[in-house]
Amino acid sequence: MLGALSQILEILVALVLAPLLLGWVNQWRAWLQNKSGPGVLQPYRLLHKLFLKDAVVAEHASPLFRAAPYVVFGCMTLACGIIPTLSTDLPLSPAADAIALVGLFALARVFISLAAMDVGTAFGSLGARREMLIGFLAEPALLMVLFTAALISHSTSLTTIVDTLAHRELAIYPSLAFAGVAFTIVSLAENARVPVDNPATHLELTMVHEALILEYSGRHLALIEWAAALKLFAYSCAGLALFFPWGVAQADAPLALLVATPILVLKLAIGGVALAVLETLSAKMRIFRVPEFLATAFLLAVIAMLVRILLQA
Amino acid sequence: MSPLAGQLINLFAAAMLLLAFAMLSQRRVLTLIHLFALQGATLVASTAVVGYATHQPHLYLSAGITLALKVFLIPWLLHRVINRLSVRWDVETLINIPATMLIGIVLVIFAFNIAAPIAQLSASVARGTFGIALACLLLSFMMMITRSKAVPQVIGFLAMENGLFFAAVSATYGMPMVVELGIALDVLVGILILGVFMFQIREQFDSLDIRHLEKLKED
Repeated sequence: MLGALSQILEILVALVLAPLLLGWVNQWRAWLQNKSGPGVLQPYRLLHKLFLKDAVVAEHASPLFRAAPYVVFGCMTLACGIIPTLSTDLPLSPAADAIALVGLFALARVFISLAAMDVGTAFGSLGARREMLIGFLAEPALLMVLFTAALISHSTSLTTIVDTLAHRELAIYPSLAFAGVAFTIVSLAENARVPVDNPATHLELTMVHEALILEYSGRHLALIEWAAALKLFAYSCAGLALFFPWGVAQADAPLALLVATPILVLKLAIGGVALAVLETLSAKMRIFRVPEFLATAFLLAVIAMLVRILLQA
Repeated sequence: MSPLAGQLINLFAAAMLLLAFAMLSQRRVLTLIHLFALQGATLVASTAVVGYATHQPHLYLSAGITLALKVFLIPWLLHRVINRLSVRWDVETLINIPATMLIGIVLVIFAFNIAAPIAQLSASVARGTFGIALACLLLSFMMMITRSKAVPQVIGFLAMENGLFFAAVSATYGMPMVVELGIALDVLVGILILGVFMFQIREQFDSLDIRHLEKLKED
């Protein structure tokens, strides 16, 4: 009963807080660039506006084009549901482990790329190709990061990993430090943040994520934007759960759930500022440099795993 | 030995490995020198920690020599050389970095496998890091192979010496003092001679690309 409660609470928190996190990051980016910024509530306003508008669909669009936003949104909601952010007592978590989580992200990516190519515009296919390029390089690195954490806790189940990591005694783990850096690089690439893609631009030559969703409007676009915010939220929460797991409620401590929510909000707020700083400091790289960038992430993740095996550290 | 010392040794070993990879993939000469100095500093720190953990005062002395030589003197000499050669902002574009890194990973696995049985013979507190030391050695060696310019090759050579020193510290708490002093002097003289070589190479070929040296062989 309590498990179901924490599961529902976790998904609700994700749905409500995800746009706020996006707004927070954008607001900090604006502040760091000496602009006044649109305010942290801007993503909610955007979603509200888009949900009220009519959806326009291209004449030749197949049912896949209409279905894709719902699939993507569903994938991201489920991903937020299985990452232990508030509690490790989640009924959904036995259904999906760390590998399935990567699979969920991949499923969403496949659908959004197919939908982008479905209408047949040039930008759609261009964006889809770039997205797949980035995705297929980022995925192995993400898997390696998760495997490093899985090696430490001898399980690929996310709740077990977080349980083990939260209960270890305080020690320096070089492997986790490497994995953390690798994870940061992967999340920058996967969430279309600055060194890889600029979420604020519509310049044809550089856009990746924006090119994918160019044909969407109205409620479809709202769902996709919301899903993008959820993806950022999911990645942030996964990073926090793996590398800063303190404050997550355990299965046998129901009251800790009350404490866990403010702690999560605090951690996300700090993480959001860090992301904004990172984005402000780095310049957008050429698309052909992205493989190198992601190869670095893969390398770091593999080193993390090797260091873990050799030094037990 | 306190657990913290063991963790610090592991941390520094991991940082050494990371810096070896960073040097392998770095295109800019200037950043390469900075990375080399940083690797030297990591080496100093780990030697000092091993010395502290095992109560071996002579390791402090080796750490001191390394600090003076590899963190201050040699990077300073290299800075002077690249200023004089005006290759300060030189960028190498020839190497395929992702492929080099993948080969580097294979080298690391190879080194770890070779080191595992040797490390078991050692009674040192830092025996786990022997594999990393060997990997740093091989990676620097590979850096020397993949680079075609003279300055990065010299830095690769010096980084290889870092790896050797680290291996000695991790497996047997360092070499006898005489040997260490001898090697330190060798490296110093080596860098001076190699500096002269670089000037000569440039004089002869108007470039620091050592592939021009192939022309020297007689047909």
